Amino acid sequence: MDAYLISVGTFAALNVILALGLNLISGFCGQVSLGHAAFYGVGAYVAALASVNGVWFPAALAAGVAAAAAGGVVTGVASVRVREDFLAITTMGVGFLFLGVVRKAPWFGAEMGISKIPSPLGRSGYALLAAAVAIGMVALSLHLRRSWMGRAFDAVAQDEDAARTLGIDVAGYKLIAFLIGTATAGLAGGIYAHMTQLVVPDAFSFVASVTILAMVAVGGIGSTWGVVAGAVLLTLMPELFRFINDYKLLVYGGLLLVVMRFSPDGLAGLAGRLGGVRVR
Amino acid sequence: MYYLELLVVGLVWGCMYAMMALGLTLVYGLLRILHVAHATVFTLGAYLGLLVANATGNLALGFVAGAIGAGLLGPLIYRLIYQPILARPPHVALVASIGLLVAMEDGFRLVFGPYGLAFAHNPYMTTTWSLAGITVNTVQLWIVVGAVALLTAFAPFAVRSRAGVAWRATVSDPAMAESFGVDVIRVRYLAFLMGSVLAAVAGVLVGLLNNLVEPGMGNVISYKGLAIIVLGGLGQVSGTLVASLVLGVVESFGTIYLGNVMDRDAIAFLFLVAVLMVRPQGLLGGAH
Repeated sequence: MDAYLISVGTFAALNVILALGLNLISGFCGQVSLGHAAFYGVGAYVAALASVNGVWFPAALAAGVAAAAAGGVVTGVASVRVREDFLAITTMGVGFLFLGVVRKAPWFGAEMGISKIPSPLGRSGYALLAAAVAIGMVALSLHLRRSWMGRAFDAVAQDEDAARTLGIDVAGYKLIAFLIGTATAGLAGGIYAHMTQLVVPDAFSFVASVTILAMVAVGGIGSTWGVVAGAVLLTLMPELFRFINDYKLLVYGGLLLVVMRFSPDGLAGLAGRLGGVRVR
Repeated sequence: MYYLELLVVGLVWGCMYAMMALGLTLVYGLLRILHVAHATVFTLGAYLGLLVANATGNLALGFVAGAIGAGLLGPLIYRLIYQPILARPPHVALVASIGLLVAMEDGFRLVFGPYGLAFAHNPYMTTTWSLAGITVNTVQLWIVVGAVALLTAFAPFAVRSRAGVAWRATVSDPAMAESFGVDVIRVRYLAFLMGSVLAAVAGVLVGLLNNLVEPGMGNVISYKGLAIIVLGGLGQVSGTLVASLVLGVVESFGTIYLGNVMDRDAIAFLFLVAVLMVRPQGLLGGAH
């Protein structure tokens, strides 16, 4: 395979990881987050910083995961305190806060970001790593749906107060959802940083968060295979149709709008209505 | 004097936020929708205002064109996008709204070019007025006067007029309001129209202030508008107005004290997160 295909495939796998992580938080557990790219960014920045300072690659990735998960738990604590629309805006705020700090902080390289990150793997090495993590995420999502925890997430998403009445630890499950979703985003960030050898603030902006949300919403929020399809589709679209590269955001935004307006449950819902298949 | 100046600059921004946030709060109060696409109305207002002002040489005409043209966009967004998906979970309307904002920003870029446009004749930005040692330019003065005038005109309307009473009744209980003969749909159109006219006027004013109208000019203001209505305790007009002014002042002082740690937008959201952790219902909101 040529280098181009491998790198597109790696990005598709990274986006699957990010989208499934967000789907776990917003789809399974019902906590809408508008700042998922911030955790991707935390993972990328921390792993990059560690690697630049000579830390062993797996340890650097682990540091990124730990930092993103820590940020996720803090945000999860916020989700226990504030609900629904308040939470959506709070997570958006977390995204802006992260961006505002890395843009100014000299140890994060400010606007220039971190460059010359050591790259211990080859091109196909990153592709295999990302694909393995993505497959792991799919397996986890499918398993969670059928597990006790998945049903508890669902109860929290459907009706928090009713779930609490049934003795479900609402706060605990919200924290777990945020923990898993953001830790995996951090891992994706670490892989991304080493693969591209450069991290800059703009890669993790609000638009990036919206793009991840777009993958989840277009695929069908809550549906694992739908979200995988959404992530792959939105990654490949600009590549397949080079001519829309100039209008990338127009198409992204338009697609979000059209899907929400005409098929609010996304591709998964569409497949259900047209083909009679229930997409998990 | 230095602090007084910071305070004044903060209040000017606060007035601008108030014009933007009022529409967001009107919409949220009625429909429980976070109307992110309000930024599109703001930006369209700025473009229309600039194009008409530059073509006719008459700025007043520009304001009128912006207010009418972009003002009508709000009700149109409601009719074509929000109305059919009102029964869906809240994230559906939010994502649709973000989609519209993102697409329209690219649309503005394709139609008007990526670098932004400037007013042909804009002496207002450089004409300054001094009072008691504080210097403001004409546009800043207009922002304050405009916001105060428009919002004061809004107050008796909301409290006394038939439409205002209908709006408040619909906010507190749509079903009850409808059964008492309130035309709920008309109230919604009116809320979108009023909010959009205010946002459009704010757009033209910000265009004049920076002498630049660009595709993404409304985005950050709209995100902050959402922060403001959350701070004000979602759907409460008085809370929103107070939160607008407070946020403007906090940002203004924050850039002095925290400017080398984080940027202006991060300060606004830090304040938001901090307040919500202490008071989850917002600054003035009552307990849920």
